[in-house]
Amino acid sequence: MTLNQPKAARKTRPLTFASEIPTQKLSEFWSRLEKGELCASKCSKCGYTSFPPVADCPRCLNSEPKWVKLDGTGEIESFTRIAIKPASFAGQATYTVVLVKMKEGVRVLAWLNDAKPDDVKVGARVSLVTGISEYGPSYAFTLRPE
Amino acid sequence: MAIVGVGHSKFGDRRDVSLPELAFEAAKPAFQDANLTPKDVDFLSVGIAGTWYEDFLPAVLVSEYLGLEGKGLVRCEAACATGSAALVTACNMIRGGQSDVAMALGVEKMFGIDGPTMTEVIGRAGYYLWEFHNFGMTFPGYYALYATEHMKRYGTTEKQLAEVAVKNHKYGALNPNAHFQRPLTLQDALSSRVVAWPLKLYDCCPVSDGAAAVIVASEEKAKSLTDSPVWVEATGISSDTANITKRGDLLGLRASVNAAQSAFKKAHVQPKQLDVADVHDCFTIAEILAYEDLGFCERGKGGQMIDEGQTEIGGKIPVNLDGGLKSKGHPLGATGTSMIVGLTRQLRNQAGKSQAPIKNGLALAHNVGGTGHYCYVTILRS
Repeated sequence: MTLNQPKAARKTRPLTFASEIPTQKLSEFWSRLEKGELCASKCSKCGYTSFPPVADCPRCLNSEPKWVKLDGTGEIESFTRIAIKPASFAGQATYTVVLVKMKEGVRVLAWLNDAKPDDVKVGARVSLVTGISEYGPSYAFTLRPE
Repeated sequence: MAIVGVGHSKFGDRRDVSLPELAFEAAKPAFQDANLTPKDVDFLSVGIAGTWYEDFLPAVLVSEYLGLEGKGLVRCEAACATGSAALVTACNMIRGGQSDVAMALGVEKMFGIDGPTMTEVIGRAGYYLWEFHNFGMTFPGYYALYATEHMKRYGTTEKQLAEVAVKNHKYGALNPNAHFQRPLTLQDALSSRVVAWPLKLYDCCPVSDGAAAVIVASEEKAKSLTDSPVWVEATGISSDTANITKRGDLLGLRASVNAAQSAFKKAHVQPKQLDVADVHDCFTIAEILAYEDLGFCERGKGGQMIDEGQTEIGGKIPVNLDGGLKSKGHPLGATGTSMIVGLTRQLRNQAGKSQAPIKNGLALAHNVGGTGHYCYVTILRS
């Protein structure tokens, strides 16, 4: 079966939007991140510790989280290098995303910065850095010297 | 309840047709296969996963175009398992006594949206704020995390991943409805460009347009309609966290394990009794994980299974004889119903050159949504 492509494709009217990200219930998390601290939430009732943080506990339904500052050290559990990038990351060089098991037991997903590909290995030890990007507060990892 | 009619469109770049026109290409042969007309169907569940359509209510366009206005109608969404969710919904209408004959139709159009934008939309399949906003995760990137961990722990190799692609292209080449109807060499697979290391271009299924329809009927109705009904024996359904950080280890998909165990238990069937299976090979690593998650082999032995040809015709359990997502294509909402169409034809011995030997009359469809966010496992019996 041959498919007949129209010579000049007709296009719909464009539609673009950007949503607002609510930050009120996790305002403590965001303000501490802006000061350079990455926190996990810990339920004040049952102790459920969560990263990414949650304002409402999915275990006991309590809505009063406490905050646990992550020490910032961990080990790479898995990683990938993103070569084919999404539209809003166009122009970005290939980036490495790591899934890191933190000392406190939670996992954090973020970029691994300033690492040679050969040095990126499962089990490698990393440290957290925080900063502000064009899109708000953020964090990343760097390899720790052996 | 039983499957009494199936239909399948050509998958691929289908910019020649609109969404309802594409749905029609699957619905018409399904009606003909069941010897029914639209007036005989009392419920339609439409599986469409995409959020990019110019129409806000695309399922209604489909229903109208198929002459089903006035009938019960719902749109289902479970990411890449949307088609299976549509089938479960249709089956439940029959099980609940609200319908005698229902159609589940999965349809998707993905071409026409540029690659980086589609990568952006699909890359938001995890938890946008924690995984995409600052870190630009992509869909292949998620499966790459699974691949990296599986390779490290079990020694699974890039060659074994490529072998999955080669197998599925071999069978896809025999499927006239497949997106890619051509064989693939191991060399070409291994030398293709990196998408998300360790996954390369030929480790990834394509984006595709396509539709697949399944008509199900109550037991009584099915027996009056056909001498060769295919029974929907059981469905197992499970899910997992949106955040990949909140899952267990990345050595398998928990949702697949749970859905499979549930389906096998309900159907009183064991993996070794299956004659044929379709598994969710959106990436080659996903097929290896599926062998292990579904109990086709022990944990960690998926790579060995493909090495030994155990999932080809003549092997322990032939897998993805329609070409799988890899070669047949993966129009998100249509994939679940497409699997059921292919397996129904297998159980009816209508699969031509890709026919598996049918001994026990048992087939399994494994349809994952997202990167293990949803899983539907359906067991069919002839």
